[in-house]
Amino acid sequence: MKKSTMTVRPVQDLSGAAAYRPTPPPAWKPRTDPAPLLPDSEPHRVLGTDAAARLDAGLMRRLYAELVRGRRYNAQATALTKQGRLAVYPSSTGQEACEVAAALVLEERDWLFPSYRDTLAAVVRGLDPVQALTLLRGDWHTGYDPREHRIAPLCTPLATQLPHAVGLAHAARLKGDDVVALAMVGDGGTSEGDFHEALNFAAVWKAPVVFLVQNNGFAISVPLAKQTAAPSLAHKAVGYGMPGRLVDGNDAAAVHEVLAEAVERARRGGGPTLVEAVTYRIEAHTNADDATRYRGDAEVEAWRAHDPVQLLERELLERGMLDEDGVREAREAAETMAARLRDRMNADPVLDPMDLFAHVYAEKTAQLREQEALLRAELDAEDER
Amino acid sequence: MTTAATTVVDAKPAKPATMAQALGRALRDAMAEDPTVHVMGEDVGALGGVFRVTDGLVKEFGEDRVTDTPLAEAGILGTAVGMAMYGLRPVVEMQFDAFAYPAFEQLISHVARMRNRTRGAMPMPMVIRVPYGGGIGGVEHHSDSSEAYYMATPGLHVVTPATVEDAYGLMRAAIASDDPVVFLEPKRLYWSKAAWSPEAPTAVEPIGRAVVRRSGRSATLITYGPSLPVCMEAAEAAEAEGWDLEVVDLRSLVPFDDETVAASVRRTGRAVVVHESTGFGGPGGEIAARVTERCFHHLEAPVLRVAGFDIPYPPPMLERHHLPGVDRVLDAVARLQWEAGS
Ligand SMILES: Cc1ncc(C[n+]2csc(CCOP(=O)(O)OP(=O)(O)O)c2C)c(N)n1
Repeated sequence: MKKSTMTVRPVQDLSGAAAYRPTPPPAWKPRTDPAPLLPDSEPHRVLGTDAAARLDAGLMRRLYAELVRGRRYNAQATALTKQGRLAVYPSSTGQEACEVAAALVLEERDWLFPSYRDTLAAVVRGLDPVQALTLLRGDWHTGYDPREHRIAPLCTPLATQLPHAVGLAHAARLKGDDVVALAMVGDGGTSEGDFHEALNFAAVWKAPVVFLVQNNGFAISVPLAKQTAAPSLAHKAVGYGMPGRLVDGNDAAAVHEVLAEAVERARRGGGPTLVEAVTYRIEAHTNADDATRYRGDAEVEAWRAHDPVQLLERELLERGMLDEDGVREAREAAETMAARLRDRMNADPVLDPMDLFAHVYAEKTAQLREQEALLRAELDAEDER
Repeated sequence: MTTAATTVVDAKPAKPATMAQALGRALRDAMAEDPTVHVMGEDVGALGGVFRVTDGLVKEFGEDRVTDTPLAEAGILGTAVGMAMYGLRPVVEMQFDAFAYPAFEQLISHVARMRNRTRGAMPMPMVIRVPYGGGIGGVEHHSDSSEAYYMATPGLHVVTPATVEDAYGLMRAAIASDDPVVFLEPKRLYWSKAAWSPEAPTAVEPIGRAVVRRSGRSATLITYGPSLPVCMEAAEAAEAEGWDLEVVDLRSLVPFDDETVAASVRRTGRAVVVHESTGFGGPGGEIAARVTERCFHHLEAPVLRVAGFDIPYPPPMLERHHLPGVDRVLDAVARLQWEAGS
């Protein structure tokens, strides 16, 4: 067989197969050396290492205050489910470092694409906590204007927000805006087709996107080992041609650092990054889940000992970047936030059933107007009773 | 269609069982009888599924036959296609109605038409379990009624039980079917109970038979799945108004039991189709057309539909306004007092 011919050979030629001598294929090299794209073998850490000496005290105090508030927010939201004020709450307790860093690393003009577990990131980004909870309380699907806050709707179908983030970032770049999109997804979500398609588009288009995978060990009941056989989720990046970074998801300083680098890289046109933050879901999947069916207490306790709030608190206290007053202030601010949230969530939301028809189309169809009249009549009849 | 033969043994006193339990028992019995039956999906193993339908199966049959898959619906259904090609009978779970959508490519392009494109050489015996519908206070994407999409795809059977007994019987029939069956499980009936004994399971009827749940003479309510209890209640309430309503539970949307439905409407002369999926482009349009085609000369009034509004499924705090309830059914029944020109 000749080496470089492009002509289609008649089938009969195969009869010469006995005489076939393998020749080496034409020289081929991967387009990118995978080495710079590969993640480190250990998650990146800052707290508890020498690198912590170089921390920016102002930024760290900000991170700390938000972590404390975030922890309290998770506890309060969970309590609200028990009081029936919230239909469901997927807590991010234990994952606050990821949530807070994701929100704080972005500029105002940037966009956040959260999943249903990332209420906290949205709140830290400045969204009113009650608006952020409407999806989970059940009064409306998205209780805010995504454009106003540059926060996409909290996304329930897994990984489907990732291509949106890529598209938005791509569009911003086409317009000449230096906007970055940061998209959040769970470890389970990385198995979805949308995850792969989003990463591929992002890399091919060099879109200014940062993908943050919060690997919290489980997709509801399914442990990571049943989700992927890859050495790490960050390793998946190399196959698309983007760098993968592995970070200790409970080390707020490290998560912030890694995300900041990735955002900066995206902003200067360097393309997307996949960041895997290794963390743990301390609570059950949601208040409706029974975690004892699939995991033991010992594992949870081990992770409690690696708590993101305590890790940062201890480091900052030791380095004199924070004092007892600072700790107390942060806790008091968190209590104030919780009390206010409780009060506001205890008020029944005022809902107008007629809103059902308000936003299906820009202009109501004749059918919707008919149905609107039907509901109006029913409601009037209810009022008369 | 093959029919799983279940023998009715001496009935022990029946204990109350939920629909979820009956479904689980059907999976168990089918797996015990036929080693080619495999259960797979998200969280179906140790957790027993988020609705606990597959509870205990992994202990009894092991992880090779009851498999927690990676989180990828297209992957779940796509690999099920390959498994069926090799002679297994996969029963796959889509965790919630709206999360089946990533699998539509596989369902529509491959599962539904494999028999047809291979001239019968490669059937796709599999069951795709989809918990569906609202009324449980689920947040966004947890309450869709997607039956119209499935019905619109030739090659799929579409069934939905409304009673504990049917849940068992239909599941056994679905697993025994040599064609793919989309098995819609009404979420809000998962915890509905009936006296039902797993030792004396319901005899399995072939897929495709509707059943008259209540006989009456003045009009027929045609319904299925989650709307059956609504219609039964409406029929009770209508008695006070002098209406003697017949209630037909379709059980199977594809194939459609024209005979049972048309026979009922010919007797009563009036019909209302009730379901919670949207009215426009929904199953009711098809059903009303079929009834009209077959019963035109017997009809005293147009076939009416009571359906969910033509809107994306609303947030839980507003779903009661969307879901067709007893009052809306009774209003429609009142409108069956049709006068020409009205
Ligand atoms: C497409 C899709 N399939 C299934 C579900 C149901 N579901 C909700 S959360 C979840 C587990 C997600 O796990 P992971 O991605 O690791 O995120 P985590 O909940 O751990 O934050 C599943 C299966 C869904 N929301 N979307």
